[in-house]
Amino acid sequence: MKSPPNNQNLIGRIRRDWREWLTFVLLAGPNLGLFVIFTYAPMLNNVLLSFQEYDLIRSTGTWVGLTNFQTVFNSSQTGRILLNTLVFTVASVGGVLLLGLFGGLLLNQPLRGRNAARSILFSPFIISGAAIAIVWIYIFDPRFGLLYTILKWLGLTSPNWLGDPNWALLAVIIVYIWRNLGYATVIYIAGLQAIPADLYEAARVDGAGLWARMRHVTLPGLAPVVFFLIVTSILSSFQAFDLINVMTRGGPANATNTLIYHLYEMAFINLSVGRAAVIALALFGLMFIVTLLQLRYLERRVTYA
Amino acid sequence: MDSAPTTTHANTQLAARVSAATASVRSARAEHLVHRALGYAAMAGIVVIIGLPVLWLLTGAVKTNREIFSPVVQWLPANPTLDNFGRAWQAAPFDRYYINSIITTLAGGLAEVIMAITTAYALVYVRFPKRDWVFALLLVALMVPEEVVIVPNYLTVANWGLVNTYAGIVLPGASIAFGTFLLRQYFRTIPVDLTDAARVDGAGHVRAMLSIVVPIAAPAVATTAMLSFVAKWNEYLWPLIVTTTQEFRTLPIGLRWLLDQEGNTEWGVVMAATLFVVAPVIVVFLYAQRFLVSGIAAGAVKG
Repeated sequence: MKSPPNNQNLIGRIRRDWREWLTFVLLAGPNLGLFVIFTYAPMLNNVLLSFQEYDLIRSTGTWVGLTNFQTVFNSSQTGRILLNTLVFTVASVGGVLLLGLFGGLLLNQPLRGRNAARSILFSPFIISGAAIAIVWIYIFDPRFGLLYTILKWLGLTSPNWLGDPNWALLAVIIVYIWRNLGYATVIYIAGLQAIPADLYEAARVDGAGLWARMRHVTLPGLAPVVFFLIVTSILSSFQAFDLINVMTRGGPANATNTLIYHLYEMAFINLSVGRAAVIALALFGLMFIVTLLQLRYLERRVTYA
Repeated sequence: MDSAPTTTHANTQLAARVSAATASVRSARAEHLVHRALGYAAMAGIVVIIGLPVLWLLTGAVKTNREIFSPVVQWLPANPTLDNFGRAWQAAPFDRYYINSIITTLAGGLAEVIMAITTAYALVYVRFPKRDWVFALLLVALMVPEEVVIVPNYLTVANWGLVNTYAGIVLPGASIAFGTFLLRQYFRTIPVDLTDAARVDGAGHVRAMLSIVVPIAAPAVATTAMLSFVAKWNEYLWPLIVTTTQEFRTLPIGLRWLLDQEGNTEWGVVMAATLFVVAPVIVVFLYAQRFLVSGIAAGAVKG
């Protein structure tokens, strides 16, 4: 005789649960649905495509086993592209981190006008990469560009920056650093301000000079921020496409051809979908390793912090 | 008699000590001044290095060809001209590019912001079995950069007949993992009592979200929105691939095609066109920079 109210409770609870679940699906579903269609499924599809010879016009693929992998790994171009990617990543990440540290330390000093300077430094980061690339093509112009003028003024001759295979990669690296410097500066400043002032006070009481305070307080205090910057900078340097596409298209003679540009070139210029998929997998593998390092680090911080 | 020399001696000693002290104060002050001067010099140097290219862009846009091709550099144009802007507007359908950029930026940015809010709200406040798995799925998405999946995504969009459409430009990038992640972290800091009270008063989830959670999280929502809109406005790779005709090109893509057409010969026109792309972002940045900068920095330090 007691079961009817219980049943009603149960029905009520189930109904409430269902409404709650339905709400969840309605709120989170669209986002997740788009991820299924445009992130998870394409990741799998990428793997499948890497074993196919794909005909873009008929949109059909034929299985070719490991042919695409063999072609990509045996190509003499691939070594060059990996080397370019390595040089570009190391130089641009190193440049951004070191110059950004200088900028951060400087603009954290009580200087008048430092807020304006911070904003100016940061502004290239939010400007369209295509626009930045175009301004710099004009600056690099070996006949009447800004750099030509400055170098002439210093008594030097301007190289043909973007037209010379020996200089083109350096030119792209310069622009990349110029663009991302302010971002690193802002992050460094946030990191510097998170270091407790007592630490500096204590160091001063112990008689630590400027350099000792830098070595024993500032740099260790910045470690988490440096790690964050290394990871995000490596990932974003792997994705640096707009500058290269507008400034050099990977040239001259593959001098600025990096993995991301090569991926685009293979898929949308050579129309070789299968080989592009192999390159995409390689790019993903590299980025995945960097991300894993980041996650492991975050985990450690969460555990011991 | 005895005391005189001692006093003198003491006096000289004192004087010496005082003068040494003042000297050290003076030298400390001098050192301080040198430091400051160096600081200002370095700051000026950095600003010039970052600012010169921007100045080169701004002045280039108002220079005549004669000034641009002059063998002696013209830092500031003698006769600034606005002709370049008119000629740039004529050289490519920039009205169309603007419309395309505005539509795709608004649609893509709004989609991201709305889905970041709703997904983060659901993850924090709505009961669902295996909610953690859903969160893990988002983390996975965070690890797959858009670039890695452009080839299969292009095939999908092409199969659906969406090449050269707004939907084709917007859809693949409309979902958002990073912003969802940021907002989820922020929502978790809001006391649950606040939303619980509203829910007890009979407010549904949607009302609790819109009238309590979103207003409290306004700074985080605004930062997410700004980042989304700026990223969409500047987006390059995907719109380049998925547009093959002028009608659907966005501003950055149109700018690149203009460079092919006019580069090396008409720098004034190209710089004016570049300003078409850059100006709106700069205006937004001038208004919202503190906000944006502090939001980005907070993400890094707390991250």
